[in-house]
Amino acid sequence: MSSATDAPAPPAIELRGITKRFPGVVANRDVHLSVARGEVHALVGENGAGKSTLMKTLYGMHVPEEGTISVDGDVVTLRSPGDAIGHGIGMVHQHFMLADNFTVLENVVLGSEPHRGPRLDVDESRRRILEISDRYGLGLRPDAVVEDLSVADRQRVEIAKVLFRGARVLILDEPTAVLVPQEVDALFANLAELRREGLSVVFVSHKLDEVRAVADRITVLRRGTTVGTVDAGAVTSRQLAELMVGSELPVAERAASTVTDEVGLAVRGLTVERGGRRLLDDVSFEVHRGEVVGFAGVEGNGQSELVEALLGVLAPTAGTVELGGEDITRTSTLRRRGAGMAFVPEDRHRQALLLEAPLWENRLLGHQGSAPAGGRFLVHPRAAREQTARIMAEWDVRAPGVEVRAGALSGGNQQKLVIGREMEARPKVLVAAHPTRGVDVGAQSSIWGRLRDARAEGLATVLVSADLDELIGLSDVLHVMLRGRVVATLDPRDVTPEVLGTYMTGAAGDAGAPTGEDRP
Amino acid sequence: MTVDTSERTAVPASPGRRVSRGRVLLLGLAGVVVLLSLTRVVTGADVLTSSGTAAALLVLALPIALAGLGGLIAERAGVVNIGLEGMLILGTWGAGWAGFQWGPWAALLAAVVGGALGGLLHAVATVTFGVNHIISGVAINLLAAGFVRFLSELFLVGRSGGGATQSASIVGSVPSLSLPVLSSGPDLLGRLEATRLPVLADLGGLLGGLTRDVSVFQIVAVLLFPLVGWLLWRTRLGLRWRSSGEAPTAAETLGVDVVRIRYLAVTLSGALAGFGGLFLVLFAGRYIEGQTGGRGYIGLAAMIFGNWRPGGLLSGSLLFGFTDALRLRAPDAVIALLLLVAVVLLVLAVVSFVRHRRVATVLAGATGVVALLGWLLLDSLPLQVVATTPYIVTLVVLAVASQSLRPPRAAGLPYRRGQA
Amino acid sequence: MTAVRRLGAALAPPAVAVLIALAITALLLTVLGVDAGTALRALVDFGGSAQGQANQLRTLLSGAVPLFLAGVAVSVAFRMNLFNIGVEGQYRVATVCAAYVGGELALPMPLHVLVIVLVAMLAGAAYAAVPAVLKVTRGVNEVITTIMLNSIAVGLAAYLVAGPFRDSTAGEGGNPTTRPLGESARLPGFQDSFLLLGLQPPTRPVTGFLVVAVVVGVVVALLVSRTRFGFELRASGANPTAAVASGIPAKAMVLRAMLLSGALAGLVGLPELLSEDYSYGTSFTSGLGFTGIAVALLGRNSVPGIAVAALLFSFLDRAGPSLETQGIPPSVSTIIQGTVVLTVVVVNEVAARLLARREDRRVRGRTEPAAVPAAAAQQGEGRA
Repeated sequence: MSSATDAPAPPAIELRGITKRFPGVVANRDVHLSVARGEVHALVGENGAGKSTLMKTLYGMHVPEEGTISVDGDVVTLRSPGDAIGHGIGMVHQHFMLADNFTVLENVVLGSEPHRGPRLDVDESRRRILEISDRYGLGLRPDAVVEDLSVADRQRVEIAKVLFRGARVLILDEPTAVLVPQEVDALFANLAELRREGLSVVFVSHKLDEVRAVADRITVLRRGTTVGTVDAGAVTSRQLAELMVGSELPVAERAASTVTDEVGLAVRGLTVERGGRRLLDDVSFEVHRGEVVGFAGVEGNGQSELVEALLGVLAPTAGTVELGGEDITRTSTLRRRGAGMAFVPEDRHRQALLLEAPLWENRLLGHQGSAPAGGRFLVHPRAAREQTARIMAEWDVRAPGVEVRAGALSGGNQQKLVIGREMEARPKVLVAAHPTRGVDVGAQSSIWGRLRDARAEGLATVLVSADLDELIGLSDVLHVMLRGRVVATLDPRDVTPEVLGTYMTGAAGDAGAPTGEDRP
Repeated sequence: MTVDTSERTAVPASPGRRVSRGRVLLLGLAGVVVLLSLTRVVTGADVLTSSGTAAALLVLALPIALAGLGGLIAERAGVVNIGLEGMLILGTWGAGWAGFQWGPWAALLAAVVGGALGGLLHAVATVTFGVNHIISGVAINLLAAGFVRFLSELFLVGRSGGGATQSASIVGSVPSLSLPVLSSGPDLLGRLEATRLPVLADLGGLLGGLTRDVSVFQIVAVLLFPLVGWLLWRTRLGLRWRSSGEAPTAAETLGVDVVRIRYLAVTLSGALAGFGGLFLVLFAGRYIEGQTGGRGYIGLAAMIFGNWRPGGLLSGSLLFGFTDALRLRAPDAVIALLLLVAVVLLVLAVVSFVRHRRVATVLAGATGVVALLGWLLLDSLPLQVVATTPYIVTLVVLAVASQSLRPPRAAGLPYRRGQA
Repeated sequence: MTAVRRLGAALAPPAVAVLIALAITALLLTVLGVDAGTALRALVDFGGSAQGQANQLRTLLSGAVPLFLAGVAVSVAFRMNLFNIGVEGQYRVATVCAAYVGGELALPMPLHVLVIVLVAMLAGAAYAAVPAVLKVTRGVNEVITTIMLNSIAVGLAAYLVAGPFRDSTAGEGGNPTTRPLGESARLPGFQDSFLLLGLQPPTRPVTGFLVVAVVVGVVVALLVSRTRFGFELRASGANPTAAVASGIPAKAMVLRAMLLSGALAGLVGLPELLSEDYSYGTSFTSGLGFTGIAVALLGRNSVPGIAVAALLFSFLDRAGPSLETQGIPPSVSTIIQGTVVLTVVVVNEVAARLLARREDRRVRGRTEPAAVPAAAAQQGEGRA
């Protein structure tokens, strides 16, 4: 089939002059993107640059105010995903759109079901799914229930969904965000198959090394507009990064160690068993004051359970947790917070904020029992408002005032408020889960800086994250979790994301030079 | 929807072993028949399994079952319909108003239309305006109750003996059928019932009553259940319908018109409830204010009991219809049920004990002992208490069954087009 | 937003809803052949004579008291997204128990009334504990359990009043009631105080329980807005996951909220018991629990709103007789009530969305000027 440099054939997809506005902001401005047949084309930009918005336009999820979209040289109007599908465009979303209680088959055919009259033709569906699975090496099992599948398997179901509908152009939105390096390789092999069959792929990502490994050409988006299109072979990651940010990148400095001898948090033999399965299996570790202990692992291997057990939301089956020498294994969340534990959760909307309440009430959340804003019986709105204003000033939370609904703030500002609120209580131990997820780069580096400052002042931090750079950059020691156990303890100075990935998927055996508790 | 205080489990709910659902149902029904038979023999209360009771049980179960079916199709599409009671009420009024003027077929039409209008109102409030489903349902119940009083004052008062709280009698009759050899002519089932042998006589009574002189409406109603099952699990529309209740945003990205399906589902759910109201009116012979007696809610309980599947729902409704029939026809026999309940609760207590579930053991054990004592010590239950039997049974069933069930994942959750 | 604007924003949706409901009702009436103009006029007709007017005012005030209490009871549970539809059954059980205890005892005046009130609150709370416990231990949805318990309450109360709680001093025959309360339990009311307002005293007094209702209202309002319990209540309702993560014990909160709601529900039957009937029997007014739900919805769960809503509903209730004399079906007032409830929930929802969108725009427009696309893309990418 035609390769990326075959000039005469019209591009599979061409976006010209796309501008998309939302109330009060311009998400995309004069964007140009051209993807050839049989090409893997990457779209890169930092968090918040407008990549997802652009892809949603391409998929017909909203209509741009200006600009045109062409498919195979013909200008088209896309008013719904149905239109996009009709033109052969398929999208694999970053957050999977799957019905957990349905089977793979049901998820794949939904909306385009093979049928005989009103009846769903299950046999035909199965035949076609298996055909696609074989052709592109997806390994699908049509009757498996999606809930039981791993993340990588679910992604392949999403890919099958678009192929089933005859997509010739696939949009993959941050597909590797949830995969470890080994699964990423498997995905890239699938993409190579697609390219061989003449399909085009638009690969949206902010992970530059991966992008250079798999893409033919790369388009960079910055602040909502295209900065340029380059050949993947002709640039370095650093050059790409500078294109993305528009200036010199800060280097991740490893500060001097601030680890003290004093143990802030001690966990021994922590086990959580539910329904016969061990979600946490005999986990033991210590966090000293002035230390950041990082936990790496593929989602679903016990990190969430660890966080919830530390917080007191999940009751452990065995093991102890000690805060500053005091046994808190059986104490309530309330008491743990009172004893000096702070918590930054992974999903701030669900776990840390009251979206419909004003900011000052959100300041109280988690601290409604502590003076001066809270108390044993009464709460004090005026004191709460003052404190909130102070937090906002100190942590650079940008909002018109303390009466604003928390839901109106951007992700970065919400996160800064949550962290500021937790740190305000001068905690001894901080449990932070994915603290910069979905946060723009400016807020991200500011949060990292504050976490480092707090560490220098003696804070003991438990850091759980899927962002390997964040883990390696912030942690003093790294534990890797797999199937509920700590399988490796590593020195962040000695690891790269690739090595970390091998431990996370259990492919490491006893490679590397870990210290302490290494389990076969 | 509401505060979730369920035990935090991090394990997916349905592990591998899937016993055929049909087989489970049949086993369950067989078990119930055997239990009833034993109770009848021990207590001498023949009415427990008589054909008269069985016939009444069908008539009384259908309003509950149809309301529950309405709730099922609505929730499978993602909308919680608490307003079924109100739609049931609208159905009864429609049936009463049309029935005394033009006969039972007009009553059917008016009942279905009346219920459907209520459903449409709920759909507009929840799907278009995004009102909380439960609040909208409760509001519709309030509105319906007042509305039918108003309509009665306008259209029923002084007409052929009607008044503000009831209509005139329904005219005309409905054709009915019986099974050829088994329940008519030689009437083999009737003969079996007369033998009074354990289990056989009970089967004769129950099956005979359920198949003798069954009205065409009842047959249609019962057939709706397998029809809905086929629709939801074997057709394209059914797949899209269920996806609207499981993952509406995902469905929307695939071109499913969730809004239209929800409108259809909720309006139909009202129509089904209205149809159920028809049976109440035919049973009483007229529309009477308050004759629904909370059956819309019991229908929802039956739906939960049936794990949102038509087969289970129908079984649950038959159970409730049974308690209803018993307390209406033979209130003195209700106390015999107490023995049955005691036995079941004590068995549950033993099972819970074996599984180390302390709270359940204590609850089941305590109530089982109380029930047993009640049966041993009391001659008969006070009439007023007997009248509450169906409601108590509903409570107990919910208390026992609630935890291991799986509602459609997105039912009751806010959804707006274009959220993806 | 300034206090005045906030007040306006709070009042607007219910006011709009009432107007819409009136319009819909007028339309409905015209379609069905009823003269809408006459109906609406009859609604506001307070009677010709001064005495008649005073009596109507008295009916309005006395009728609003139990509705207000029921609305407050429902709203406390509503704050936590708990639907206590069982207020109806809770106040029935509470009233029959309080009537029995009150009738059998003889104590000096304030103490006697106090005991009756306490018994009512305890009984109401105990009856509300059943659905609460079922929810917390078995995860049963409280909507259905409370509704079942309402029906059970009817049978239970009927059994009690005909059996153990029956008035032993009364003869056989006639409808069973509990023993009538002695003089020391009969609450005085407001009658001559009407003169202070320049009105004729009504033939019967306004229930003295009005005072209790006002006190209850103030206490509950302060409880919800100023105490830690109130904050935790609202937080649990707004975001249960975040509440649990912030240390608020979910199950304990469900129990506390339902028990409080049940205790308040227990008061609903007391105005009638202490000021008019003096015993529990066939004269017991039912349905107040359901109207209480409507009142709470219309009043948007705030105490002042509920007070206004209760007055409105009572206003519509007392219009029954005057509608009838005009040849209009008296249930027109019920229709208006029902329509108001539905329109108010719709209008609330629409208003909330409009406000949220406006605020979003305000916040986005003014913050992050240098990274304007970033903020918008956050919205597009979904703030994870």
